[in-house]
Formats: sequence, C-alpha cells, structure tokens
Amino acid sequence: MAIEKEKLLWMYRNMVTIRLFEERVAEYFAAGKIYGFVHLYVGEEATATGVCANLRKDDYITSTHRGHGHLISKGGDLKLMMAELFGRKTGYCKGKGGSMHIADVELGILGANGIVGGGFPIATGAGLTAKYNGTDQVAVCFFGDGASNQGTFHEALNLASIWKLPVIFVNENNMYGISMSQKKSMNVPDVAARAAAYNVPGVVVDGNDVLAVYEAAGEAIKRARSGEGPTLLECKTYRYRGHFEGDPTVYRPKEEVEEWKKKDPIPRFENELAKMGILAPDQAQTIKAEIGKLIDEAVKFAEESPWPSPEEITEDVYAV
Amino acid sequence: MRKLTMLKAINEALRQEMRRDPRVYVTGEDVGVFGGCFGVTAGLIEEFGPDRVRDTPITESAIVGSSVGAAATGLRPVAELMFIDFIGVTMDQIFNQAAKMRYMFGGKAKVPMVLRMPCGAGGSAAAQHSQCLEAWLMHVPGLKVVAPSMPYDAKGLLISSIRDDNPVVFIEHKFLYGAEGDVPEEPYTIPLGKADVKKEGKDVTIIATMAMVHRALEAAADLEKDGISAEVVDPRTLQPLDNETIINSIKKTHRAVIVHEAVKFAGPGAEIAAMIAEEAFDYLDAPIKRVAAPFTPVPFSPPLEKDFVPSKEKITSAVKALLQE
Ligand SMILES: Cc1ncc(C[n+]2csc(CCOP(=O)(O)OP(=O)(O)O)c2C)c(N)n1
Repeated sequence: MAIEKEKLLWMYRNMVTIRLFEERVAEYFAAGKIYGFVHLYVGEEATATGVCANLRKDDYITSTHRGHGHLISKGGDLKLMMAELFGRKTGYCKGKGGSMHIADVELGILGANGIVGGGFPIATGAGLTAKYNGTDQVAVCFFGDGASNQGTFHEALNLASIWKLPVIFVNENNMYGISMSQKKSMNVPDVAARAAAYNVPGVVVDGNDVLAVYEAAGEAIKRARSGEGPTLLECKTYRYRGHFEGDPTVYRPKEEVEEWKKKDPIPRFENELAKMGILAPDQAQTIKAEIGKLIDEAVKFAEESPWPSPEEITEDVYAV
Repeated sequence: MRKLTMLKAINEALRQEMRRDPRVYVTGEDVGVFGGCFGVTAGLIEEFGPDRVRDTPITESAIVGSSVGAAATGLRPVAELMFIDFIGVTMDQIFNQAAKMRYMFGGKAKVPMVLRMPCGAGGSAAAQHSQCLEAWLMHVPGLKVVAPSMPYDAKGLLISSIRDDNPVVFIEHKFLYGAEGDVPEEPYTIPLGKADVKKEGKDVTIIATMAMVHRALEAAADLEKDGISAEVVDPRTLQPLDNETIINSIKKTHRAVIVHEAVKFAGPGAEIAAMIAEEAFDYLDAPIKRVAAPFTPVPFSPPLEKDFVPSKEKITSAVKALLQE
C-alpha cells in the first residue's frame, strides 16, 4: 500500500507527541502537580496512531484508563488535556474528570474510562447510531488484554456481530493486567482467537509496527464502513512503565522490559522513514523540538488556569 | 498496647483466620505477589501459596459469583474488589445470588463469604473510584454490611465477618488504611450489629461512619472548647444497624447529627434519621440534621473534591445550629 508522505509524517509526529506528553506527565505527577491515578502509554504509541490514522473526525472512539494516547491520536487538544490533568476549570472536563475520564464528544471521543470493560458496550452503541442513521461512520473500541476477560467484552462482541455494527475492537495487548500476565489470565495465546466464538474476524498484528497497525486497521475499518460488521484486531505491544505511576513492577522481569525496549516503535519508525528518504535525522530532531514547545505551552496554559470554584461542584449533574 | 495501621490490622485478621481455618481463602485481582491494590493482602501468598491466595483475571462478576458457589459448597471465601465502585459490574451476583440464596432455598443453604472493598474520596481518583456506596448494600435483605473506622474495630469485625455464615460486605475507607491504633495481637471478635460510643458527651449525639468518625471526633474536640459536649457514636455495622445504642444516646443528649461521606439523598443517614424519628421522636429537642456529601458524583479537581467531603467545620456548624433550635 502506498501511503502519502503527509500521512507518514503525521504518524511520526503523533507518536512523538504521545511520548513527549507522557514523559512530561510523569514528571509533573512526580512533582505533585498532577493528581489522582495516572496510567501512561509509553511504548504503545504505534497502536493508537496506526488505528486513528484511518479515522475521520466524525468517527467515534472509546478509550480506557490508559487513554492519553488515544485522545491525542483522535485529535485531542494538548492544552485542554493538560489542564484537566492539573485539575483546572479550563480542562476538558472542567476539572471534574481527570486522567481517567477525559472526553471530547465533538471529536467523537466518548471518554477514557475508569471501569475496565466499560467501553465495549458504549462503542457498540456508537456503532448502532451510525448504522441506524445510515452513515458510514465507525466506532473504535480500545481495550487491554485484561479487559477482554470482562463479561462486557463478550456481550458487546456478540451484539455487534449479530447486528453487524461498524465497530472495530482494538485490543492493545501489552501482556499484563496490572500484575497479572496474560499467560495466567487466559488460556489462549491470542485475544483475537476469541473472535471465532462470535463469527467475527480476529486479526493479530505487531503492535509496535505503526504501518502494520495502520494497514490492518484500515482493512477492518473499510469492512465496517461498507456494512460488513465488526473486527477484533489484536496489537501485540508492551508498556515500558508501571501499570500506574508509582508501581514498582515487581511482577515482571527487567530483562523482558529491556527486550521490548529494543522494539521501541518510535526509533523503529524513524529508521524506516529515513530509509524511505522521508525523514532525515536532523528533521526528526526539529520535529521533537517543535512538539516539545507545544507541550511547554500546554503546561503553561494548565498552570496559569484557574481552579474550579466551589459552586461548580453541583453543575452538570443533570442536563437542563 | 501495640499500634497497627488499619491496613496491617486487616492483613493480620486475614492471616490469623487463614491459619485457623483451612476453608478460608483469599481471592481477587492482584491479591497475590502484588499484594492487592492498596497492599492489604501483602505477604499472604508467601505463607499460604497460590491455592489459598488466588489471583483472578479482571472479572468481578466471576470473582463474586465463584465465591457464592464456593461458599454454598463448603469453603469460606474472602474476596477483594479493588474499589467499591466496581460493585456495579457484579451487582447481580451480590444482590440476586449471594444475598437471596438462603431465603429462596427455604433456609437450605448458607453463603459464608466476605466481600472486602475500599471506598471513599480524597485522592483525586475521580468519580469512578471514590464513591461511598454503602447505602446500596444496606438496602439488600440477606447481606450484612460492615464499615469500620478504627484498626481495632477492623480486625475484630473482619474476624467476625469471616466466621459469620452469611454474605458480609466489608467496606474499608481507603484513607483510613494508614490510620494507627491499638490492636491486640491475638485474634478476637467484635459482634456484627454492635455500635460503639467513641466519645461520651451530653449535649448532642453525632452518629458518624468510617472516615467521618475521625472528623466527628475532631469536631467534638473543637466543640468542647466552646463548652459543647458531643457524644460520638460509630455504628460500625450498617446492616444490621444497632438501633439501641443510637437511641440510648439520643435519650441522653436529645439531639442528633448524622455524618457520612456518601451523598445525602437516600444515603445511609436517611435510614438512621428515619429510625430515630420512628423510635425516639419524643426524646428529640430539635430536628435531626445530616451532614453529608452533595448530590453529585465525586469531582476530580482537588479543591472541588475537598468541598465534596464533609469537613470538620461543617460538622461543628451543624451542631451549633442545632443547639440554637
Ligand atoms: C471493573 C474494573 N475492575 C478493575 C479495575 C482496576 N484496574 C484498572 S486498570 C486494570 C488492568 C487493566 O488491564 P488491561 O485491560 O490489560 O489494560 P492495560 O492496563 O494493560 O492497558 C485494572 C485491573 C478497574 N478500573 N475497573
């Protein structure tokens, strides 16, 4: 598949944006400026990027507790995201949601989610809306290997299958649900194998190869847009950091982390782009510096933003 | 006496009951090497092995439902849900299966299981990880609901819960895990359904639960300086509720302020207030007051979250307002 240079560069920039955003979040969390639970996506950037490179603004996604990468890939505003993490009034959720609940409904982002497995039925419902309205929009549901053990996964996959809904279930298999390795939490090597039970295609792809993800997701999305129903796409990847910030990760061997770091999706794609003659090393540096500045601005915006005021506590409980 | 944190007191109760009774096992997400999300089950797998400290996939319905099945067939599970907020995922197994099995079977089964879970706001964990949902559970016939405020109570009540032949929901406020107090080393029990007077007083009764017991005690200390003597009653068990201890206190003080972190509307305080109105109306010199969270989900942003949780000041001003009536 020939991919335009612009798209390739967008994918590169997007992955770098996620990485730098996350690294900055780790810093500010450690400094006590970002509150609550923070689950970072470092290492998994290729999956959200490869999938979302196929999406339009009017498509939907549901995200997870590890949602920053999904939101950025779907076009989320860095300033509004950062302000939310800082708990400010100007944030995406007016300071009420935090990392695990950021949403931008106008961009089709139906929320990160603090409930593992909470997103499956919601994405299915978004797919229903698209089908009901006769549009060719699709809904992408991001989820972890651990989440696929929840009842909601099975119920939603089945419903999407029998109703032929345009939903792409994107499993980001980083091999762990907190401390539990996938080897212990399920008795099949691939999450994608579970698709067979619902007569849905199950596809496995190298989740650290952004182009492989892009192509596989492209197929699934084309299928969904043309009314052929859901796909379960499994991207094999790895998280480099703990489950949440502060997790000492006693449950996995250091060598395993080091092995996976050699497969880091960003330098890998950088090399490929260099080989294609699309990105010279100094250009990569320029891009990184540019993105660093955008993140500086986001942090400045967050820090200078006001806190929510006490009377806002009861606002937005009900629609009026 | 030896001081322990509430976290260690609960851990000790689990360890001692597992040693005493081979039918007791612990299960839940990350309860093994990880030691539980808050570290409550730390070290148990080293002593008891993976058969008795059973890590599960992320699968709350199956955690609760398998505990029901195991309990009905002779084991005594102690299951952990990482956060009380996740009971929504598993509610059918809790209220239609665990709670009703004995009744529906005409008394021919028992379900001796404990479901432990942390609740509460305070760490900006936001609306899906910070709730106080005890009222949902108090409403279900067949369940017992325990909600300790002190390490001593936590240990004795947990041992009683494990030995109880009914499904017991054992709620731990996550901001009390670090609270220290006197805890005897040997195993002991505290009867379920017995409230505790945490401080004697004569002008007003403050009925408070979990973390709010600590706030109420601070408020009582402040009120003391203003010459107001507050009695603080901690129900400790919300189902069954110890009406007698509460009523006896009202008979003495003639005034009641109920404090909890759950939202006020249809919260646990609604039941307590109604019970007092029904059983001790004639002893009241003023209307019952409730200090509780506003009717909103728990907000993320630290200043909003701080306003959400009832403060010492809100308690003292409620008491003062009541004394003016
Ligand atoms: C219903 C529910 N159960 C448990 C949790 C606690 N929890 C948060 S993330 C997580 C692990 C999720 O693992 P996985 O789905 O593989 O995603 P990953 O963290 O690996 O991205 C768990 C158990 C939760 N938030 N919601």
